[in-house]
Amino acid sequence: MKFSYFPGCTDHSTSLEYGLSTHEVFKTLGVELVEIEDWNCCGAAATHSINRLLSLCLPARNISKAQSSQAGPLVVPCAGCFNMLKRTEHVLKNDETERKEIEEIVGFTYQSSLEILALMDVILNRIGLEKVQEKVKKPLKGLKPACYYGCALVRHPKITQLDDPENPQYLDRLMKSLGAEPVEWSYKIDCCGSDLALTYGGVVKKLVGRIVSMAKEAGAQCIVTSCGLCQANLEMRQEIGLPIFYFTELMGVAFDVEKRENWWKKHMISPKGLLESLKLA
Amino acid sequence: MEFLTTIEKTDSSFLEEAKQKCGEDLSLCYQCLKCTAGCPTAPYMDIRPNNIIRMIQMGMKKEVLGSSAIWLCVSCETCGTRCPNKIDIGVLMDALREMSIEEKVPAKEKNIHLLHEAFVQSVKRGGRVHEATMLIDYKLRSKDFMTDLVPGMVLFLKGKIPLFPSLIKGRGEIKRIFERCKK
Repeated sequence: MKFSYFPGCTDHSTSLEYGLSTHEVFKTLGVELVEIEDWNCCGAAATHSINRLLSLCLPARNISKAQSSQAGPLVVPCAGCFNMLKRTEHVLKNDETERKEIEEIVGFTYQSSLEILALMDVILNRIGLEKVQEKVKKPLKGLKPACYYGCALVRHPKITQLDDPENPQYLDRLMKSLGAEPVEWSYKIDCCGSDLALTYGGVVKKLVGRIVSMAKEAGAQCIVTSCGLCQANLEMRQEIGLPIFYFTELMGVAFDVEKRENWWKKHMISPKGLLESLKLA
Repeated sequence: MEFLTTIEKTDSSFLEEAKQKCGEDLSLCYQCLKCTAGCPTAPYMDIRPNNIIRMIQMGMKKEVLGSSAIWLCVSCETCGTRCPNKIDIGVLMDALREMSIEEKVPAKEKNIHLLHEAFVQSVKRGGRVHEATMLIDYKLRSKDFMTDLVPGMVLFLKGKIPLFPSLIKGRGEIKRIFERCKK
């Protein structure tokens, strides 16, 4: 099985451990990820906040690169990049006038057959949980994570078409298949405040504080997320020391992959104590 | 009667302009307040999302484009997902920000706009965002030098803010895309 892969800018920076664990996990699953050549930034929320056309053309260049790579559906780990690429796909598929304008500016012809998938979607629906379970060497017994989905993967549902926007289950199902016991809680889709972290730290501190304390109140020992910005905000703007994992890291623990020591060093809140207490280190 | 007179005097040109720009039918809003109830940043906005729509219907362009609300929206899309009339308010907020920039209305939340600018300029330079120079650019623009220095240093020491940018080969293509998308 092979996919084309769009790592996104944070793969080499703030979400370093997400990229590292993704590659290890996919190696274990025997699935090849082919990085698209010379990809560019998706533009992120900053671009669609100030220039709509630019926010469609920047992802479109990556779509054109994925088309010519012919390595299969385009897989996107970062929730923000996924949302930007899906927004562009939505326009390319549904608005002929804008499609022509984007195609002309970027210099390509859109092929609607190219699928754009979130990393989580690939694991659940292309690889399948059965295959995932086959690779589990160390079931996550005793681990109680709160699965946190945030915004960009589930909203707007007409764009992302991924899961139920009010009560998504993807991460919960994955965690259960690894042997963990995800807790039931009400804040799995509440926004962490996104890039206001840099301009309005106080607001993000309040939003994150509420999410993290509600996870703890529900009995969670940690939060598991699938978004780089959520992970950074939840880890850096909380005050109670609850570890925040990427879902791929917990897959790596369950698969017992080597090198995972390096991931924990990248965290602001070390999850080592928690993993050691459950004999999962 | 006074109310009816107000309606008659209402200038609908802003409503039409906003509708056209965002592609959403803003006349459908019946003020159920679901958008505001679910909005994570509404408590910090000067005008709540439901009132933004009402004020657009009333033609209050200056107040809407000059509001902090349009900048405090983080595009989480909770509002648009829950709107019973399928109005995508996140997309409306994008359109309002663009309109305020085009009309040179000073951003009520200056730093949020400056951060977006610094980010976009970083992409223009290298094709990918480079956090270190983007943050320095933002600090210089906003003159806010002290905030988050310590967490920034910790991230740097953990190797999560690379010193050197990852420049793409197709920087010329990116420059051309920027030129063509310039307003």
